[in-house]
Formats: sequence, C-alpha cells, structure tokens
Amino acid sequence: MIQLNSICKSFEGRTVLEDINFLFDNGKTNLIIGQSGSGKTVLMKCIVGLLTPECGEILYDGRNLLDMGKREKKALRREMGMIFQSAALFDSLSVLENVMFPLDMFSNDTYRDRVKRAQFCLDRVNLIDAQSKYPGEISGGMQKRVAIARAIALQPKYLFCDEPNSGLDPKTSLVIDDLIHDITKEYNMTTIINTHDMNSVMGIGESILYIYQGHKEWEGTKDEVFNATNERLNNFIFASDLLQKVKKEENSKARKV
Amino acid sequence: MIKPVTNLGKYLMLMGRVFSRPERFRMYFKQYLNEMVQLGINSIGIVLLISFFIGAVICIQIKLNIESPWMPRFVVGYTTREILLLEFSSSIMCLILAGKVGSNIASEIGTMRVTQQIDALEIMGVNSASYLILPKILGLMTMIPFLVIFSIFAGVIGAFCTAWFAGIMNATDLEYGLQYCFVEWYIWCSFIKSLFFAFIIASVSAYFGYTVEGGSIAVGKASTDSVVSSSVLILFSDLILTQLLMG
Repeated sequence: MIQLNSICKSFEGRTVLEDINFLFDNGKTNLIIGQSGSGKTVLMKCIVGLLTPECGEILYDGRNLLDMGKREKKALRREMGMIFQSAALFDSLSVLENVMFPLDMFSNDTYRDRVKRAQFCLDRVNLIDAQSKYPGEISGGMQKRVAIARAIALQPKYLFCDEPNSGLDPKTSLVIDDLIHDITKEYNMTTIINTHDMNSVMGIGESILYIYQGHKEWEGTKDEVFNATNERLNNFIFASDLLQKVKKEENSKARKV
Repeated sequence: MIKPVTNLGKYLMLMGRVFSRPERFRMYFKQYLNEMVQLGINSIGIVLLISFFIGAVICIQIKLNIESPWMPRFVVGYTTREILLLEFSSSIMCLILAGKVGSNIASEIGTMRVTQQIDALEIMGVNSASYLILPKILGLMTMIPFLVIFSIFAGVIGAFCTAWFAGIMNATDLEYGLQYCFVEWYIWCSFIKSLFFAFIIASVSAYFGYTVEGGSIAVGKASTDSVVSSSVLILFSDLILTQLLMG
C-alpha cells in the first residue's frame, strides 16, 4: 500500500498540491480523478518520485520515498511499473524487445527465460502475435497493452497508470480497464490510476480520490460516487448529458421504490 | 549572462550523471555498437562525398591562385595536404558532422523526452542520462578517427582526380608535393582534435535534447541550438587545441 501524508507542492510560488492525505490499498484499483489542471499528474509524479514535494510523506509499505537514498530509490523503482499516457514505448525496439527491456536491464535470468517471460506477458495482454512488430506499426490500444505487458514484466508491487484511456475509443478503453483491474487482482498490486474517464470511474473505481484545485475534495468508492452530495464532485462527474439522464432515471426509480 | 552560466552548470551536472557506473554493461555495450553504426558508419557517405569535392576544389584553387614561375610545381600538392590534414579533415569535417550527427542526437533524445520515454526509463530505475548519452559519446569518439582517415583519403583522391581527369596539373608533381616534408605528428593532431570535437558534438547535442521541455517546437529549437552551440564550441576549442598542439 501507498500512504500519502500532507503532500504539498508548488511551482514558482504557485501552490499546485495542498495537504493531500490518502491511503492507496493493495489489491485494489485506486483512482485519482479531477479536472484538467487540478494537479492529478503532479501528484502522480510526486508519488513515483519524478517530482519532489515540498512537504509531507510518501510511504511505500512504511518506507518513506522522500527519506530514501539513491540506492534505495533505485531498488524501489524496480518494484514499480508505469503505464504512460502516450504508452512511451521505445520506438527503436520491437514489441518483444520493449517488454524484454526491464528484464534485460535488471533480471539475471538466461536469455531464453527472459524471452519466455516477455512472451508470457504479451500473451497475458493478447498480443503475442504482434511481438515482432514495432510500436509505429500497431494501434494506440495495442501500444497501451504493450505498455501494460512491459510494466508487469518484473512483477511489480506498485502499478501506476497515467490516463491509460486517453485517445482510445470507449470499447478499447474498457478492454484496458479490465486488463488493469484483472492484473491488479492477479499480482495483488497497489494500482494507482490517474483518469478523468467516467467509464473507468464507474467500472473499476474501487477507491477514488477526487482532487479539486490541488486539494483533496472527496474520497470514496464507485458505488458512493453516484450518490455523493459533494457539489463540485457532482459537477465534475455529471458534466455529460448522458450521465445526468442516467442519474435522473436512477433517482426516479429510487423514489418509486 | 546568467543563462549561459546556468546552462554550463546543468551541462556539468548532466555529465556527472552520464559518467556514472552502468547498471548493466551488456545493455550499454549493445547501445554502444548501435551508436557506432548510427553516428559513425552512417556518416561515412557524406564524409567521403564532401571531402572528395573539397580536396578537388582546394587543389584547383591553389593551382590557379599561386601559379608562378617562381613557385615550385609541387607546392600545390604540399598545400593541399597541409590544409586537409591540419584543418579540413578534423575541424571542418567535425563542423559538418555537428550539423548531421548533432541535430540527429538532439532531436532523438528530445523526442524521447517529450514522448515520456525518458520518464519511462527513470521509473524503471535506469539512469537514463547514462544509458542514452554515454554510448553516443563513446560511439562517436570511437568512430571519429576513422572518419578523419576516410576524409583525408577522399580529399587526396579528389585532388588526384583534378590531375588525372581534368589535366589541371601533373600527377607526379602532385604526388611529390603530397609527400614533401611529411610530418607524422600532424595526423596525430587531427586525431586528437577530432576526439575533442566528437565529445563536444555528442555531449552538447545530448544536453540540448535531454533538457527539452514542451513539444515538437521545443525539439526543433533544441536541435538548432545544439548545432549552433557545438559549432561555436568546436571553433573555439580548435583555436586552443591548435595553439597547444602546434604552438
């Protein structure tokens, strides 16, 4: 699990994150949601160590990231997997080589075992047939799935996903969401997903942190989010006409009952 | 004044990260071989082409401009050789490579930065600066002496072609001039200078690429800045190195 204690971060005097406290449980898909510019990505970058917060603690199973030396940080990073918004696959490497990269870098297994492991991960995301292709030759959804395979190659304890559904059609988004959810359960990982996709919120939001202008506005689960009374959260969640209609129908059904 | 000093500080800090112990030697060696091909072997064509024509042009220009009954006929060959050895094949060739290789390095690393590939390496626990930049520096420094040799040979062949095919001068006189008072140290000077220039091209271009912030426009700007900065640094260090090695 990952615990955030009073995280704050500012850029050139402008506060971006203020007193964020939250516990991301393991074996659950934890979502950070919020409008564009609310500070989700900055928070994610602070959690993974790409940015250093000015105050607070980030505890990885009790180990404070901000107190760690270089070696400890490196060791911790080997327990992390990350799926970037743009997939961030290495263009010059084939799909198989991309998945093998962390294994080549850090595993002491033989070449044959590394290939086997990479192929197993690709098979897990149903992309074994694309192993010899290059990132430029596959679709955006497939790139995301390769990124998932690469992220789980070293069997990480913590999985981070920065807007994994951006640029994908709703059907492919569901496939990616289900994959992340299933993998989280399979490996009992602490998964944190940064998103503003409402399908993800309703589908896999086992634990949700809503950020509004840099501070924690609301926390709960996907079941609670639908009936939440927080006005800012409701404005964000039910911004689309479709979801507003669904909510109205649900409310009218509840009244009839 | 503050910006160049800040850049110098950032550059030195980046170099500190670049020259740290590799995580997995095997992976770095693979990258090193790739970079030798990409930066060195793939530059042979342009080096040969430019050197051939410049060698021929130098020969023609000298023949036309210093022709005099008082001047020995071998002077054309002698001067052509000295220009090729001392300046063209090391300094001018590296200025050309700063354009080709430097912009390639800056745009490649810059694109990796904006598409979050560098972040992906960092998250994995890989020292991205060292993994991406060190093989490029070593690869170019390994290949540059060979490029200098190719450049010298192509230049000399270009000069001979003016004698053989254009009939501008006697090939025997040219050959005598090329061999006249040959100083082996000049070859070493070319190699030493080119090694410094290779380091400048690879490291400065990588710095501009690695520190890109923004999108495609920033990558383009980094690419241009890298060529301008490495060219200026090559010219400046050429001045110092020439004084140190020849003075």
